This record gives sequence, C-alpha cells and structure tokens, in this order.
Amino acid sequence: MQFMLLFSRQGKLRLQKWYVPLSDKERKKISRDLVQTILARKPKMCSFLEWRDLKIVYKRYASLYFCCAVEDQDNELITLEIIHRYVELLDKYFGSVCELDIIFNFEKAYFILDEFLLGGEAQETSKKNVLKAIEQADLLQEVRLLTDP
Amino acid sequence: MPAPIRLRELIRTIRTARTQAEEREMIQKECAAIRSSFREEDNTYRCRNVAKLLYMHMLGYPAHFGQLECLKLIASQKFTDKRIGYLGAMLLLDERQDVHLLMTNCIKNDLNHSTQYVQGLALCTLGCMGSSEMCRDLAGEVEKLLKTSNSYLRKKAALCAVHVIRKVPELMEMFLPATKNLLSEKNHGVLHTSVVLLTEMCERSPDMLLHFRKLVPQLVRILKNLIMSGYSPEHDVSGISDPFLQVRILRLLRILGRSDDDSSEAMNDILAQVATNTETSKNVGNAILYETVLTIMDIKSESGLRVLAINILGRFLLNNDKNIRYVALTSLLKTVQTDHNAVQRHRSTIVDCLKDLDVSIKRRAMELSFALVNGNNIRGMMKELLYFLDSCDPEFKADCASGVFLAAEKYAPSKRWHIDTIMRVLTTAGSYVRDDSVPNLIQLITNSVEMHAYTVQRLYKALLDDISQQPLVQVSSWCIGEYGDLLVSGQCEEEEPIQDEVLDVLEGLLVSNLSTPVTRGYSLTAIMKLSTRFSSVNRIKKVVSIYGSSIDVELQQRAVEYNALFKKYDHMSTVVLSKSSLFYRFNLHVLYYLVSLLFQANDLLDLLGGNDVVPVIQTTLPTKPASAGGELLDLLGDLSLSTYSKNGLKIEFTFERANPNPNIAVITIHATNTTEADMTEFVFQAAVPKTFQLQLLSPSSNIVPALNQGSVTQVIRVLNPQKQQLRMRVKLTYTHKGSPVQDLAEVNNFPPQSWQ
Repeated sequence: MQFMLLFSRQGKLRLQKWYVPLSDKERKKISRDLVQTILARKPKMCSFLEWRDLKIVYKRYASLYFCCAVEDQDNELITLEIIHRYVELLDKYFGSVCELDIIFNFEKAYFILDEFLLGGEAQETSKKNVLKAIEQADLLQEVRLLTDP
Repeated sequence: MPAPIRLRELIRTIRTARTQAEEREMIQKECAAIRSSFREEDNTYRCRNVAKLLYMHMLGYPAHFGQLECLKLIASQKFTDKRIGYLGAMLLLDERQDVHLLMTNCIKNDLNHSTQYVQGLALCTLGCMGSSEMCRDLAGEVEKLLKTSNSYLRKKAALCAVHVIRKVPELMEMFLPATKNLLSEKNHGVLHTSVVLLTEMCERSPDMLLHFRKLVPQLVRILKNLIMSGYSPEHDVSGISDPFLQVRILRLLRILGRSDDDSSEAMNDILAQVATNTETSKNVGNAILYETVLTIMDIKSESGLRVLAINILGRFLLNNDKNIRYVALTSLLKTVQTDHNAVQRHRSTIVDCLKDLDVSIKRRAMELSFALVNGNNIRGMMKELLYFLDSCDPEFKADCASGVFLAAEKYAPSKRWHIDTIMRVLTTAGSYVRDDSVPNLIQLITNSVEMHAYTVQRLYKALLDDISQQPLVQVSSWCIGEYGDLLVSGQCEEEEPIQDEVLDVLEGLLVSNLSTPVTRGYSLTAIMKLSTRFSSVNRIKKVVSIYGSSIDVELQQRAVEYNALFKKYDHMSTVVLSKSSLFYRFNLHVLYYLVSLLFQANDLLDLLGGNDVVPVIQTTLPTKPASAGGELLDLLGDLSLSTYSKNGLKIEFTFERANPNPNIAVITIHATNTTEADMTEFVFQAAVPKTFQLQLLSPSSNIVPALNQGSVTQVIRVLNPQKQQLRMRVKLTYTHKGSPVQDLAEVNNFPPQSWQ
C-alpha cells in the first residue's frame, strides 16, 4: 500500500497515512486531486479505479470515504477486506464508531491503524490481538514514567 | 501563563468557526501560543501542543515549527510523549529533511527498550518512513528482533525488514539466517508478515527464490490447515479462516512456482482444492479465488487447472458485484493471449459488459472484445462493437474507432463489408476518428478497386447528410475528386448526381464554417482533380482562380499553382492529376511540391531525365514547398557574370574551348571560402538543358578551406552541338560548422564565347 486517506463527503481530510516518501506539497496535491476524483464518482460505480499510475481502492462507510492506493500486484478484493477490518477495529474500540469519534480522537485512529498495518502491510490478522495491544498501550499512558532500559 | 488548552477543546472551538477566515484566525492565535510554549521548553505540555499542531496540520496549515519538538517527545521517558512524538515524526517529517536523521539514535535506543510497546513504536516508525541511512544504521537491530521469540515484536520486525530491504537492497543477505524457522511459527501475525518478507526477498533476488523454493511443501501444508481446520473465532471472516494469510501464501506460491515444473506440480492439488471449495457468496471468498486464479495462470499448471481458473473468471463476470466483474475483466485481459480459446467461450458475457454502467468495466470489456475478434466471429462482434461506438461516452470513441478499423482490416469477410464498416464509423463517430486514419482509409479505398463506384456513391450521399465530421468529409472529398467520373457516369446503383451538383457540394465545403483548413485543402484539390474528369472545366477554373486570392495561405498557394497548371501546362496537368500517376498517394505535400516545381520549371530543364547529373527533385523535400521557389528567385539576384557568391562561398567560372572539338566548352569552377570555418564534404552538381551534354570531372578536393587559404577546382565539359545559349542549374552541398548546407542556383549569363 502506498497511502491511505480518510475523508468526508465534503472533502475534508480526517486521516492520512503515507507509506511512500513524498513532500508535504506533493501530498497535499495528491490528496486534493484524488479526493475530487472520488467524490465525483457515482454510487453505482465500482470501488476500483486507475488514477495517474496508481490503483485506487475505496469504499464509503456512512459519511466517511476510506481510500487506499495499492501496488500493481496487490489484490484489490483483499484490500477491500483490509479496509473493512480497519473499520471493524475502530468500531470495536470506539463502540459504534462515527465520523465525530475520528475527528475528536484522530490520534487514536492513527494508533489503531499502526497496530494493524506497518509499512503498508497487515502486521496482525487477528482482530482480538490488535485490540488487546491498543488496550495495553493505552494503559501504559497512565504510568508516570517508563523505567529506563 | 495559563495551561495550554486541551486538544479536544481546540478541536471543538475550531469547528465552531463559520468561515474560512474565522478558522484561520483561530489557528493563527493558537499557533502563536504553541510557539511561545515551545520557546519556553515546557516539558509538561509539549505533548498536548504537538497533538494540537498535528490536528491543525491535517486541516492544511503549516506545522514545520513542530518538527524538532517531535524529536524531543520521542526522547522523553513518558509513553504518551513517545506515542505522540513518533506520530508527529511520521506526519511532519519525511526523509528529505535532515531533521529526521536526528531520530536515528532515539529509535536505536527504543528498539532496545524494555517495554515492548516502545519497541513497537520504534519498529513501526522505522518501517514506515526510515530513510536509507537510517535503515543502514539500524538494520542490525531489526535483524536481532527478527529472531526474538516475542511474536508481538517478531511480526513487526519482519515488516520493518521488508522496508529496509526496499530501501537498501544490498542488506537483504543479512536477514537470511533469521528467516530459517519463520514459517514454523503458530502465531498468524508472524506467519503473515513472514510470508510478506519471503515474498519481497524472492521477488528481488533469483538466488533467494531458488533458496526458498524448498518451502513450497510447508506453505502448501499451512494453506491446507487453514482450509481444512474448523471454525477459529480469532481469525474467522465470514466462515473463512484468515483470508489475509491465505491470499499472501497464494501469492508467494505464485512466485515460487513460476517457471518451475516441480514446484508447480507440488501446489497443483491445493490450488484445485481452494478453487473448488471456497465459498463465493461474499467478497472475502472471491478475494481468495481471485488470488488463486492469478496463481494458476502464472505458474506451470496443467491445462485442466487453467480451464478451471478461466471458468472461475467466467462466473465472476456474471456476479452481481461490479467489483468482481471488474477484476474478472482485468484478469481475462491478461490471459487472453495465452489462453485465447478458453476465454473465447465467455465472449458473449464479455460483450454484455459493454453495456455496463461503470466506465472502467466498459473500457475493459471493449479492450477484451477487440482481443477476441477473429475471422469466425467478426460479423457478430462488429455489430456489437459498432452499437457500442454509437452509444458510448466520447472518451471511448477514438479508441473504439481505431479498434474497429484494425479489426476490419484484419478480418473483413468482404471488401464491401469493409467499406460499409468504415462508412458506419465515419458517420457515427466521424469527429473522434484519429487524424492518421484518413490517409490509411484513403489507401484502403484505393486498393479496393472494384468498390470504387460503390464507395464514392456512399460517401457522396453521406456528405449530403452531414458535413460536420471532418475525417468523413476529407475522405469523401478525396474520393469524389478521384472517382468523380464513376459518380456521375451511371455506374452507381442509385440515381446519379450531375456534375454541377457534385461541384456544388465540394464548393459548399470550401465556404462552410464547419470545414477546417485541412478539409478545405482536400476539397479544393478534389475540385481541381475533377477538371480532368468532368466537362465543366470552366466552372472549375473559375473556382480555382477565386481562391487564388484566399486569405488562407495554403489554399491560396494551391489555387495559384493549379491556375498555373491550367495556363501553362494543360498537357502536364493530365499527367499530374491522372489516376495512374504515382503522384497519387494522398500525400498532398508531395503533389504540391511537384506542382510548384512545374511552375518554376522552364522548358530548358529536363526534370525527368538526367545525364550524369542528380535531378534536383530527389534530394530535398522541403516542408514549405513554396520556399524552394523562393530560394531560387533570390539567388538569381545575387548572380553576376560568372560568379556565384553566397554565405562566404564564392565560385568563379572560367571558360576555355577544348581542342580539337569546338563544340565542347570546358568550364572550370574555383570555389573559395571567406568564412573562418572550413566547408567540408563540398559537392558541386550541375544540370543542363536537354540539348546539351555535360561531364563533370573529379574535383580537386572536398574541402574548401577557410579564410581563402585555398580553393576547390573542378572541370566541367559541356557538349553543345546545337550551339544554343548555355544555361546551367547548379547544386551545392557542404558541411559548415557542423551543419549541412544546401543551395541551388541558376547560371544563365555565360559569356557568348563559351558556347558559340
């Protein structure tokens, strides 16, 4: 996976995770253009498109679009499952997640994503394990100071 | 100083802004506060401030002044700080900035931290955005963690290693020992990431590929367990056990089995099993089937398995889910060359996809349809494709039209069908046809000799209906000009037009706003050509002379030249404009250039023959034919007595009478060069009128030295038995300062003594 974007129906970015090195300016341009392209698509169209030289997989959940750019050899259908798994994780963590949860707790959305994917690939295929790790890490935030190694 | 506001408070506040300006004001105010807080080196609230900064960054506001603060957070001993610090690093820093290198030491320490969640943060950050230098520095730590028994860390280390290898491929070797028993792990996370790591290594290195081929049986076993094992709540997705792992294993098997018979055979059974047993009601099952099909098609599988794979794709095509149809079409497009017959069986389903609502599906269906056209199905397929051409979006029309032309050319069952198909394309999608189709079509029509009458009649009728589609109009004009005699002669099936009607149509094109300049050129040429086929020559002459003063320079030039043809060279015009002549490739530039040469030609020069002289026509074909004439006219002014002088090159002609034959004049040329660079590869050529004979002897050299330091001499012997006025056309070529130079000149004021 090259990057993942979450954005609202008005085109506001809610999360952007980049797995390829690009400058801030380049990222802004790609986000803006891609978001426009996807928002222009009709509901009956399929979830995949070729955009510039990338394969794009996207799906809308309520008011949020989840959009990934994947490599040529990547399986588009399983990417849809990856997106779905991430949504399930958010749902479990926040309890019936909605867009507002992600707006007000964006850093947590990132932490969850980073326990699920690493470098663009899934690091854990068990929902339970991802959520357990997040739970433990959250607990660690309560601790005053980590003991030095 | 009051405590900085909390993150959620800020978010709430910013969201109350009613305008962009209001939001910007709030942001600026908060940024100022954060900046002064940073300046005070406040440890307590650094984390909160950076988090706020990250939120504002996501809204699109600059946040670079927080970069160093992220580094400070990473170095902190509070987990909250580290979490936000690493997040900030991943969002605000990228490897182009020097700042990010400062992270290296922190990451190194954190990779060795006693708390696995801190190690996890470091691995995640390194694996997401580590630069080549960082990867080089830290590869050793990653390798260590790849061997740990802690599965939480091991799985992250594997993906981190993937990133390191992508950034610094030379480091791949060092991870080899650690891969030894990766697949023996029970933990799915480790298994999944290990398979990804192995895939990356095998894709990058043929040696690694060879080395890891022995893992095929183990991979097959793991996959089998996943399929056969009962319900596992931890990994279940709609009744399928760990589809993510299944897909990655299938992909690795693909790479290992490619071009290796033994490996392919070893995985044959499991592939067949997955292909037949996977539940297809949900996307997840189809995702696995899709990967299986890709693997079957890529390895050396037996034909039964391949047919099975193609049939799966055929079933996909009938699926209600458009995503499934899309991947099916994509895959079929990849295999249509190698498994053509198998794909043909699904042709009708594919053709149905032309009517799909989704643009991407339509495009693929179109490409696939063209790939499936052959001599047997051409009529049926073409019907569908022409129907598609009629109704499809403009973005498809050009490609579709080109595809139709290509297919028609290859498989047309008859000439008449071919012409009809072309007509259909021109009339329904005429404005989208590519420019290069016009000459190709004209060529095609020329070659279908028995169809000329039919073609010109149909094209004429099409013109009567619609003159807006330029490619159609151009081809039609050309045909009418070429076969106008057939059009009016009663060879057509329907009532034939009379000459004046045809001329009306062509003249109509000339004046219409819809016609482009190129089209006008075609029409004018067509009208001109009809002068040798129709009897209404006077009318044609009138039209042509009118356009002699057209604003359009191209048209004007043509009209003027055609006029000249009428005036001077009536007999020539039949040659130039007749059908059998080789001027008849639609290449108007060639025709035009030749006509302009005729215009310039005086009757002293024999263009079609030559003694030992290279005719001028064969050499230069200028893109602006008019300029060739222009050059000649210019030079005549420069000529004085028997001297040519231009661009520093001076040629003097000296004469003597040869003994014993008084009819032979011996002319010697002396070429000198006043410029500061030599003129190399100097070649002098000459042509004389028909009644003369000319012999050019070898020149003294091919280099005219710079600054008059020497000269090139060459002797020309001219036999003038009829004692006519000597005239000579001269051509000079040489290379000067690296560029080739060419010049034509006429020498016609030789002293009478030289030829009398």
